[in-house]
Amino acid sequence: MAWADSFLRTLKENDVRLVTYVPDNVLTPLIDGAAADNYFMSIGTTREDEAIGTLAGAYMGGLRGVAMMQTSGFALIANALASLVVPYQIPAIIAVSERGTLGEFNIGQVTVARTMRPTLDAIAVEHHTLSDEATMPFIVDKSIKQAFTTQSPVVFIFSPLLTGGNPAAAAKLR
Amino acid sequence: MPAPTIDAPAVKMLNRADLTKRLVAKLARDEAVVAGIGNTNFDLYAAGHRPQNFYMLGSMGLACPIAFGVALAQPERGVIALEGDGSILMALGMVKPRNLTIVIMDNGIYQITGRQKAATASSADIVAIARGAGIANSHWVRDEKHFEELVSRRFDDGGPVLLAAKIDDKPGIAQTVRDPPLIRNRFMRGIGSGRASTLDA
Repeated sequence: MAWADSFLRTLKENDVRLVTYVPDNVLTPLIDGAAADNYFMSIGTTREDEAIGTLAGAYMGGLRGVAMMQTSGFALIANALASLVVPYQIPAIIAVSERGTLGEFNIGQVTVARTMRPTLDAIAVEHHTLSDEATMPFIVDKSIKQAFTTQSPVVFIFSPLLTGGNPAAAAKLR
Repeated sequence: MPAPTIDAPAVKMLNRADLTKRLVAKLARDEAVVAGIGNTNFDLYAAGHRPQNFYMLGSMGLACPIAFGVALAQPERGVIALEGDGSILMALGMVKPRNLTIVIMDNGIYQITGRQKAATASSADIVAIARGAGIANSHWVRDEKHFEELVSRRFDDGGPVLLAAKIDDKPGIAQTVRDPPLIRNRFMRGIGSGRASTLDA
């Protein structure tokens, strides 16, 4: 998919080699694309905060990384952000596939999705919603560079407008 | 406290600060040490600060993932995670780098939050769990001499290794300054990945 290729290409251009992830349907093109490319070191984790902890350790060891997860998984990492990434000034790059809106079938996803942006705003973490292939390379490239230059995390929220949303949703919506 | 039944039916009750000092004395190659929240990190600091020490001040359960990340980024450096039993019960899903050693200080309680019993006080066996998770080289520490034998090795190969010690309930001895950017900066310089700056002159 073009959006996935574009994101992975921008990661490479910025020397981001480690990909830690918890499996997600929407992000499958990103996760599979990274796994198929020897440039990336792909590490599947069992919890989203484990992905964040691994990324933090790797950054301190000199290896840049991105953590990938879906909206509901993001809800598990508030403490890892607030007590590790933000206070220790770790430039974590975080990719979140946006569930809970624009054709969601699961009420639980709808509710948890509403906690994501307020949580990020409350702890002053920069976030950008990616909804358009044309502007995406600029947003991602500049934000990654800003993150490493200013020792700050950044979260990219992959909107269904960009990804087409959860492929399993179509059969379940009425 | 019931003795664990795996591989060491008669383990002695040990002391965290004492074991940490013994471990630090064996570090000959600038190994990175990542210590979990609370007493593991207090006693690492009390054993004498090293530039390669990283002290967590929150994010319970993440010492092993952070150490794992350092081990991935610097495959030639030995990396050691110091965790408590309560914390390790949270994080069990890593893959297996050869340069990672995990030391679990198991006192059977959540000591720093008010001494509530942990599952390790009755049923959970850390070494059995680690073996079940695929870390075959996992051992209960029988006594101080056994611990010294287990840590008299190169830490940059032969892993992952997990050592679990049944320890007493003495509190941590000293605490590091609570300044996370300073801790990160010093740690990165200590393991050779810090940003060079003219301000260092």
